[in-house]
Amino acid sequence: MTTVATVSEGTANPYALSHLDSLESEAVHIFREVAGEFERPVILFSGGKDSILMLHLALKAFAPAPVPFTLLHVDTGHNFPEVLEYRDRTVAEHGLRLHVASVQEYIDAGKLRERPDGTRNPLQTVPLTEAIQQHRFDAVFGGGRRDEEKARAKERVFSLRDEFSQWDPRRQRPELWQLYNGRHAAGEHVRVFPISNWTELDVWQYIEREGIELPEIYFAHEREVFNRSGMWLTAGDWGGPKEHERVETRQVRYRTVGDMSCTGAVDSDATTLDAVITEIAASRLTERGATRADDKMSEAAMEDRKREGYF
Amino acid sequence: MTTPTQLADQLSTTTLLRFATAGSVDDGKSTLVGRLLHDSKSVLTDQLEAVEHASRNRGQEAPDLALLTDGLRAEREQGITIDVAYRYFATTRRRFILADTPGHVQYTRNMVTGASTAELAVVLVDARNGVVEQTRRHAAVAALLRVPHVVLAVNKMDLVEYAEPVFAAIAEEFTAYAASLGVPEITAIPISALAGDNVVEPSANMDWYGGPTVLEHLETVPVSHDLTACHARFPVQYVIRPQTAEHPDYRGYAGQIAAGVFRVGEPVTVLPSGRTTTIAGIDLLGDSVDIAWAPQSVTVRLADDVDVSRGDLIAPSDDAPAVTQDVEATVCHVADRPLTVGQRVLIKHTTRTVKAIVKDIPSRLTLDDLSQHPAPGQLVANDIGRVVVRTAEPLALDAYADSRRTGSFLLIDPADGTTLSAGMAGASFAAVTQAEVPADDDAEWDF
Repeated sequence: MTTVATVSEGTANPYALSHLDSLESEAVHIFREVAGEFERPVILFSGGKDSILMLHLALKAFAPAPVPFTLLHVDTGHNFPEVLEYRDRTVAEHGLRLHVASVQEYIDAGKLRERPDGTRNPLQTVPLTEAIQQHRFDAVFGGGRRDEEKARAKERVFSLRDEFSQWDPRRQRPELWQLYNGRHAAGEHVRVFPISNWTELDVWQYIEREGIELPEIYFAHEREVFNRSGMWLTAGDWGGPKEHERVETRQVRYRTVGDMSCTGAVDSDATTLDAVITEIAASRLTERGATRADDKMSEAAMEDRKREGYF
Repeated sequence: MTTPTQLADQLSTTTLLRFATAGSVDDGKSTLVGRLLHDSKSVLTDQLEAVEHASRNRGQEAPDLALLTDGLRAEREQGITIDVAYRYFATTRRRFILADTPGHVQYTRNMVTGASTAELAVVLVDARNGVVEQTRRHAAVAALLRVPHVVLAVNKMDLVEYAEPVFAAIAEEFTAYAASLGVPEITAIPISALAGDNVVEPSANMDWYGGPTVLEHLETVPVSHDLTACHARFPVQYVIRPQTAEHPDYRGYAGQIAAGVFRVGEPVTVLPSGRTTTIAGIDLLGDSVDIAWAPQSVTVRLADDVDVSRGDLIAPSDDAPAVTQDVEATVCHVADRPLTVGQRVLIKHTTRTVKAIVKDIPSRLTLDDLSQHPAPGQLVANDIGRVVVRTAEPLALDAYADSRRTGSFLLIDPADGTTLSAGMAGASFAAVTQAEVPADDDAEWDF
């Protein structure tokens, strides 16, 4: 009746998959479900590690055929130049099609107003949702992970959004077994999160195992930064530093890639994947807690943004 | 103490265990989850600070660990868990995905959601109260969903003076009850989540207990069955045809192996058409392999140019399931609107979605005593009942008891896509134990 005697059998099972293989298999299954059930899917691609991982998984899922999805980047206008360069190089290398929704264009056209704090992350919602409507995308892949944030921990793998792209966390479809329900009405779409069950450490270990190239800002390098509200922000045209803020050169790296105005660097001497993995395994801070200012605006900042259509 | 480097090294080779917790708030489920997360270093400083901050704002003196898992505004406002939350933690031996499910009876559908992907369920009992109705419900849902391993955590042992007879009586009663439901494996552990006894560290207060702690058990329980004994099943998800200069003739059937093992050269049958061929090759995400098994996502190439598309099922020719248009099943109704006799629905089974009609609802299960309430006419939210569904096209359906993946299905409202019910094909445990329901001996039901 008890399992004590089966311990050694469990570890010796030749059919047991490693946790990375399990997660990879599950993510590939999700990509293929979407390819089989939807007309116009798109992958949100920022050039950050999670979207790079998603693209890698999609390439494996459909090999030797090309990825049957286009890409969409919501460009805040405050992106890291190294990341944009990586984005364009990757798109060209795999013969993919990239749509860009530009926050700057919305501001220039008077359709969005710059916030007093200069943060553009919340401004992405309108260009994102309008691009989804304009291109009539019916499935939108996002690299969100449930370990990132408590509202994201409640997110389904297939998440129905209404015609205004809104998320209603109290009216989510139960998600049973591996049977994903992608039914939706015209104008609605489904956000799909193939790497929901991955943690930050899983992502890095898989990147190492698969030898996936990343933008350089993920590795320790010397950079001109200044401190704002406890975060090391990169100085630049986007609006920092202010008069009282002092720029200094520090050895840092990024744990997430986002808008330069709200994505902080961490002090680090991790210049290799091995060193990054060791650093993350020892870290006492979550990646968003360490480097994202926008999540700290209120206790439910992410939930509120997701309700409006943010990914 | 393990260094971060050792931890990272070990983690890359560990396996993954998905498990669910069940138990009402008063049984100490939040405390148990909190302690598992906390003692495995899974609550990080900024998360703990956020919880402390929020607890202070509410006028609470101690940090409320439930705030770690109650992620929605409405949940925090009301102090209840509304929906399943998924949590992640790791030890040097294994990684874990925890489906933290609400315990109240009106959220049975959420426990079903959490248990549907779980390989282990932890059922919590308060040592002072013993096995109560809610415990029986949780055991019944775990049995219904065929969760392979069930742990009975007898909590609050500190409040019964760590007395062995108290634990032994509860363990015996629960084990007898769960075994009668067909739960294959039960491990009973006496704990105090609050004091930390037998959760992560062995208890100094219960020398009489010689078994594993909760975490030790989670770390060592086998994560997959003996797959050679399972019927091999491969639902086709997507046809890969590059039609490029490099691969002009490549035609592969992509999918995730639902059960069992497939080998190159093996004779297979494609269902529902019944055409036979052999496996010419298996591609495992870019690598050619001779053998593949569940739950690997692969691409299968067939020797003959037979007509195969999404929704078909590939199975060994000598072990293929019967196809049927008459589905008898147990369902858990998960939608707020009822399921009624005569209703037109969609049935999603593996990668196939077909039209169907609800022909009959023979009975509704009373979870308290597992009795069958005959001919209820409809099922409402959180009801579990027997249904008979006629499908517009044949399905290659296994009994859920044989395969959780090819024996499960969804009923979907064709009008707006709402997920109505979670279905489990074939006879249920309740039909087995309740001799007065003879309908399952139907000759057509050939499993």
